[in-house]
Amino acid sequence: MFGRLLAPIRQTTGAARWILLTGLLITAIYVILALFAPWIAPYDFNQRGIDGAKFTKFAAPSGDHWFGVNDQFYDVLSRCIWGARTGLHVVALSVVLSLVIGVPLGVVSGFIGGWLDRLLVFVMDALYAFPSLLLAIVFAFLLRGPLGGGVVAAALSLTVIYIPQYFRVVRNTTVSAREATYVEAARAIGAKNGTIMRRYLFGNVIQSVPVIGTLNAADAMGTLAALGFLGLGIQPNEAAEWGYDLSRALDDPSGVWWTGFYPGMAIVLLITGLTLIGEGLNETINPTLRKRRLRKVVLPPRHTTPTTVEGEAR
Amino acid sequence: MPTKPETPVDAETVMDLDGLEVHYELGGGVVSRLFGVGTKTVKAVDGVTLGLRKGEVLGVVGESGSGKTTLGRALLGLAPTTGGSITYHGAKGARRVSSMHGRELRDLRTDIQMVFQDPHAALNPSMDIETAIGHPLKIHGIASGAELRNRVVDVLEKVGLSPPERFLSKLPADLSGGQKQRAVIARAIILDPDVLVADEPVSMLDMSVRAKILQLMLDLKNDLGLTYVYITHDLASAKFFCDRIAIMYLGRVVEIGSVDEIFADPKHPYTRALLGAIPDPDPNSTVVRELPRGEIPDAANPPLGCAFHPRCPVAVSNCGWESRDLRALLEEHWTRRDPDAYDHENALVGSLDRLDTPSTSASLGAGDPIAVTSLLERIRAENPEEPLWRGVERMEPEGDHVRIDFHESVDPALRAAGGVEVACVLYGDDAPG
Amino acid sequence: MSQSVDTDLPVTGNVIEARDLRVWYGTDRGPVRAVDGVSFDIRPGEILGLVGESGCGKSTLGRGLLGLLPDGAEMDGELRFEGQDLLALSKKELFARRGAHLGMIFQEPLTRLNPLMRVSEHFRETLRTHHQGMDKAEIDRRALEVLRQMGIPPTRYRAYPHEFSGGMRQRIMIGLALVLKPPFVVADEPTTALDVLVEAQIIRILHDLREQSDTSLLLITHNLGIIAEACDRVAVMYAGRIVEIGEARSVFAQPQHPYTRELLRSTISLSTTGLNYIPGAPPDLVEPPSGCHFHPRCPDAMSICATRAPVDRVHANGTRAECWAADRAEGLLGDLPPSDLAPLTREEISDADEA
Repeated sequence: MFGRLLAPIRQTTGAARWILLTGLLITAIYVILALFAPWIAPYDFNQRGIDGAKFTKFAAPSGDHWFGVNDQFYDVLSRCIWGARTGLHVVALSVVLSLVIGVPLGVVSGFIGGWLDRLLVFVMDALYAFPSLLLAIVFAFLLRGPLGGGVVAAALSLTVIYIPQYFRVVRNTTVSAREATYVEAARAIGAKNGTIMRRYLFGNVIQSVPVIGTLNAADAMGTLAALGFLGLGIQPNEAAEWGYDLSRALDDPSGVWWTGFYPGMAIVLLITGLTLIGEGLNETINPTLRKRRLRKVVLPPRHTTPTTVEGEAR
Repeated sequence: MPTKPETPVDAETVMDLDGLEVHYELGGGVVSRLFGVGTKTVKAVDGVTLGLRKGEVLGVVGESGSGKTTLGRALLGLAPTTGGSITYHGAKGARRVSSMHGRELRDLRTDIQMVFQDPHAALNPSMDIETAIGHPLKIHGIASGAELRNRVVDVLEKVGLSPPERFLSKLPADLSGGQKQRAVIARAIILDPDVLVADEPVSMLDMSVRAKILQLMLDLKNDLGLTYVYITHDLASAKFFCDRIAIMYLGRVVEIGSVDEIFADPKHPYTRALLGAIPDPDPNSTVVRELPRGEIPDAANPPLGCAFHPRCPVAVSNCGWESRDLRALLEEHWTRRDPDAYDHENALVGSLDRLDTPSTSASLGAGDPIAVTSLLERIRAENPEEPLWRGVERMEPEGDHVRIDFHESVDPALRAAGGVEVACVLYGDDAPG
Repeated sequence: MSQSVDTDLPVTGNVIEARDLRVWYGTDRGPVRAVDGVSFDIRPGEILGLVGESGCGKSTLGRGLLGLLPDGAEMDGELRFEGQDLLALSKKELFARRGAHLGMIFQEPLTRLNPLMRVSEHFRETLRTHHQGMDKAEIDRRALEVLRQMGIPPTRYRAYPHEFSGGMRQRIMIGLALVLKPPFVVADEPTTALDVLVEAQIIRILHDLREQSDTSLLLITHNLGIIAEACDRVAVMYAGRIVEIGEARSVFAQPQHPYTRELLRSTISLSTTGLNYIPGAPPDLVEPPSGCHFHPRCPDAMSICATRAPVDRVHANGTRAECWAADRAEGLLGDLPPSDLAPLTREEISDADEA
């Protein structure tokens, strides 16, 4: 199973391979930062001083504060590292949730068809047609009441905008896979619809899901930052969030560049990393883009075999 | 090499088809369905009556579009019966397949199984062989765990995939075409069915393995007491493999009888055409044979009368001649004329589109009925043997066009003729002279 | 540039002359020897059938002759078309030859016809590519002429591909290949997707071509019946080699190579009374068996077959075959030690090891 998961990486060649590896490397760094934030980050995300002494507001990058200090007396480096934890947490949660909801819905809708399919396609298309940021804002606003401004609320508002993407891709693949002989064969051995969907369709219609997943993750990261920027995302007392830090940095006095630069870079780099993985996977998994790995053939010189055909035997 | 086993005679019937119809509604959106306009009915299977005898191999032979595959699917309840009935006489007595649903239908699949044409598509590409072949047992709750595995190993041995350990964990992609078809057969027989519907089981395979798979199927039939419905377009393999043969054309059985009689004395012109079309690797064979023209018609728009009459070399007056045949005749005529003559004649007869509505009365021409008549007479003179002319009752100028009336047609039913049954006006009670 | 082909008439008169042609593909496991040293000629106006199991290199050879090989394939040897060395041509020059001089008929006609273009437009495009400035009347005249030969009525000239049946589409494809009157056409399984009766009609058309035109045809098929009915000569291919080639009639009446014989025996025809088959499967072309590639499946194999490749030889009935057993039957192996001629003891081939 693990071997099959890694197969795309081994099969890739040339540019696709470099794209994929670079993306994986960047993302891996963020994952490490996120997992080990308490040990890596010099201070807590909401720590404003040490041993009772407050940090200097707007302290420039130095030995004590590599990335400087911001207007709220937070250490920017620590905020950036803790921000990775928040960002990946939200993104992973939203991707998993939209997968868990979107993929089965797509399979059911595509397989059963009829009015259920029409209704779901209508709802999903409506969601899809809506500008995603606007949708996220609406849901973030709605969820803020019951769930507060935490990670779960942010993840849920992102989930809503990504479900239609999985739904559409999986539903369309299912509609064509439904006609495959092996599905008919499953019916012929007496399989119920549920069994056919779980055992015969599911594994064959999710091939493009990893690509959408990683590309969505990149998109989700951007949307999360935008929500934070607008003050609708994660609240500063709940966790460190780059978008929020970035929006605060706007009001900082001129000359204080570090409060905005580092969170901004953190966002850009992670989005780049995730996008690269998505593109790399796409080139590998998508057969229309994939170029067969070609090996140069060197035709060895022939051993002379007698021949009765006119013309010189070589 | 072993040869064909003996034909069982007077065996009991396992399946009965009585006037089986599988009709599909085609096309049309919500509006046309509401108002009943614009929809077409495709009569994939249109009134098939036959009995399947225990232990026999019944061949269902026809071209694609003849409804043979739909017939096979209907036997398993995979295609919806819209008319007539299918009755299965199994251990639990007579059961109507055609009115089964849900659970009942799924249970039927332990008794009737199917082998598919394309072994590359019939196995789930992401399921290993052990799971795939054992799945029927699991679905019906017959075996699990170690017993399941033992039965899978056992059935793999039976179909010649041995040693089974070599294949259990393989994915379909790792298998050759012949091996895949063996796996598909294994999956079909693991439930120990009575009837196996084999839909072109060897047509996608290489010549060198076809015989092997057919041999395997014959061996399994003898060992397991199976009854086969062998669906094929290939009369040569049907001749070897089957006990009885039903020839299908456009949803109907046009001839049915024992292999010996059908091959010794093929009666329906379509059967004869199929026999003549088989390419033969005999070095002394030649291509000089009578081939029916054209292709199998659209089932949504079948010919009047006998569906084969437009292609039939021996058709007579009441076979169902109609306006569309006239169009085909003119078009065929024009493939023999040079472009200038075509332009001239085409202008003379005007648009052929009005011939597209099936009717026993057609009108032709755009202003000069005398010239059109003489054109038609000229075409007739070129080939007086053309069967269409036998169907023309009257051809006379009427206003600015020529009116052509065809004889009333007979839709021939299956009738006993010799040792077989044939649906052709040339055989049976109302056969001319 | 393309004029030279027309003027330099070959001395031998053969349309295609292939000598020791090889086409290998690179893969991770090593080169696949899809075509490994084949030599044959195609004469003007004849139909040469190419037959064999799947995966023996038939299609690769057919495409190789037209220079239609995929990336990663290497071809060498000698290949002359009307006396001109095709392997020496650049890709661009070869491209210019295709269509007008070298034609191709594919298996799936629908995938090769543009669904948005009328039949007339297909012909216009084909003719204009090779005859710039040909006027519309001439295009229509030539297109209708060839369609007429194919049995397609002129009333359908402006129809779209989807308005035709499968057999009609294949006729259109053949018409498109022939409208340029190429001296040589490769037809790769042209009837495999068609029904029996339609297949027979197409075979009839190809057969009639022999009388009506000078086009030579390489007909690739796995159906020996088609070869017998449509072809003048037949080449039997196995594991990248042409193991037997000769007049279709002689080859079918007196096959020299055991592979040809077994292939004929395994074909199910109306006269079949018992089932025969060739055990095993064609070999992996990355590592073909030593000696004669067929020896692991051959009922006539001798010791020598496993060690030494047989010699390509013209046999008594005029067919060329490479087979030690056939040589022995003609008393040619008298000098060899008896140990070489002892029947080969082979491993049992299980049912599971099949194609």
